[in-house]
Amino acid sequence: MLKGIGASGGYGIGDAVIIEDANLDYSGVRYLGAESEKARLQNAVDEFIKETEKMIESLKVGTGEKESEILEGHLTMLNDPFMLSQMNDLIDTGSVAEAAADTVCRMFIDMFSGVDDEMMRQRASDVKDIKDSLLELLLGVKKTDISAVKKGSILIAKDFTPSMTSQINKENVSAIITEVGGVTSHSAILARAMGLPAALSVKGATESIKNGDKLIVDGFRGEVIVNPEREAISEYEKKQEAYIKEKESLNVYFNKPTVTKSGEKKYVYGNIGKASDAESVLQNGGEGIGLFRTEFLFMDRTTAPTEQEQFEAYSTVAKIMGEKEVIIRTLDIGGDKAIDYLSIEKEENPFLGHRAIRYCLDNKPLFKTQLRALLRAAAFGNIKIMLPLVTEVEEIRAAKEIIAECEAELKAEGLQYKSVPVGIMVETPSAAIISDILAKEAAFFSIGTNDLTGYTMAVDRGNAKVAHLYDAFKPSVLRAIEMTIRNAKAAGIPVGMCGEAAANPRLIPMLVEWGLDEFSVTPSAILQTRKTICEL
Amino acid sequence: MVSKDFIVKNKMGFHMRPAQVFVNAMAKYPCDITIKFGDKDINAKSIMMIMAACIKCGSEITVIASGEKETEALSEAAEMIESGFGEE
Repeated sequence: MLKGIGASGGYGIGDAVIIEDANLDYSGVRYLGAESEKARLQNAVDEFIKETEKMIESLKVGTGEKESEILEGHLTMLNDPFMLSQMNDLIDTGSVAEAAADTVCRMFIDMFSGVDDEMMRQRASDVKDIKDSLLELLLGVKKTDISAVKKGSILIAKDFTPSMTSQINKENVSAIITEVGGVTSHSAILARAMGLPAALSVKGATESIKNGDKLIVDGFRGEVIVNPEREAISEYEKKQEAYIKEKESLNVYFNKPTVTKSGEKKYVYGNIGKASDAESVLQNGGEGIGLFRTEFLFMDRTTAPTEQEQFEAYSTVAKIMGEKEVIIRTLDIGGDKAIDYLSIEKEENPFLGHRAIRYCLDNKPLFKTQLRALLRAAAFGNIKIMLPLVTEVEEIRAAKEIIAECEAELKAEGLQYKSVPVGIMVETPSAAIISDILAKEAAFFSIGTNDLTGYTMAVDRGNAKVAHLYDAFKPSVLRAIEMTIRNAKAAGIPVGMCGEAAANPRLIPMLVEWGLDEFSVTPSAILQTRKTICEL
Repeated sequence: MVSKDFIVKNKMGFHMRPAQVFVNAMAKYPCDITIKFGDKDINAKSIMMIMAACIKCGSEITVIASGEKETEALSEAAEMIESGFGEE
């Protein structure tokens, strides 16, 4: 069995078709004079435009809205007179058409890769796609014709470019496998949009799998079984059938509002850890983002992210979500997470120690950098700030004072920003017990059941000897949740939940009954959660 | 030669769509048109150069037109940038 990353759910059973990268080596091409080279280049460009237009047409008939947009972008880029004239200039100085196209495209790939805007950086892969297509046309080499593969094929490639994925006929392709790329790569996003199971980053796939091998792809676990036993095939056929059935029953809820049978409007949001995850919230029918964990921005690096870097991440999410609400939690770190450059002291009891809002209030410059980035990003969408691990009302007041300070600075500097509502996580017994008082200072509550359960039951869920006590259904935890919702309602502020419990079908009926407004769950659980609520 | 300073107003800056609209409009004019952004001089008829420059909301730019129909070109450029390309 080969193992990679599960990037698009579902099970695919079929025959391996390896998509070889075309050999784009042009070192043997001889210069035929400027006129002929320019004519060859122009022919290739014309052919590229014709083929791309044809693909766009066929995509519009199907469901590939996203890909057809990408391909229309390719046309716009290649129609740039400057790009073409640069290529022609190179031809004049003695380059063959292939070298001219390659050099100019690489220049733009480098330029796009270097900018500090995530959406612009993605353009680099578009230019690479254009470059490869032009070289294929010039050299007269062709990749395997993806659109012509027979029914039940599983495609294996180093990576899939937009022009490759746009040729995939969903009827004939059961799954895709790549050697590179993660859950946010182009291949992954398109595989999910097409509903194709995908195992990505399967190391050595194109070498260890042979054309015609029987394959099973588990798109959830990222596993590939090569030449499986008959039992395994029938087991996966059953799994696939059950999965399709379940998916169809859920798809009904994609565009449906979250409303209970008695007519109460609820909201199902997604939890994310990275800016690029916002796409998957929308693809799963999320009505907003209930928790954006900002810790990941601070991890795996040697210095804290700058205000500009944070601004990019937060505004990217805000832009992707448009008018939909984006609740961003300020830095939630402590002695249990090693972030070397923050020099957080090791503590005896990190979960009861100097962490989250406590740490941020004592490290004002770090906190202010994040708050300024958040306020600036708020001008681009519907952002709300959420404070973690609040235990007393003074913490909210102190944070709000610092926020006001940041706003005054931004105003004085003439930078664009927007004031935003400031709410809190209710994840400590203290916060739940005084939720009536906190509701006067907080613009909203979000109940974090993971920590609330741990702190209320005084249990470390990682300790096997006591883990059985870690249960959101314990009466004390349920009382804390109920009390928090009741106090939010009495104060007239919205109340949500962003822990795992929000997706628990046994707990949802109680949460609805108590009046919870917003359920923020992992993106893949959004539709199931909406279904559960709509059936109440 | 004519020129004018601007502050880019639309939220997304010169991303794909505004850049496309801008380039298409500028292509109609025979004169040379340049966007000065920081220390960069960008060919205003090249969508690739404009996108690669990553001009964002709040950026200060100068548009310079020189040659035949330079006044018309600059006034159309001004109209588009100042109206935020019809975006927010």
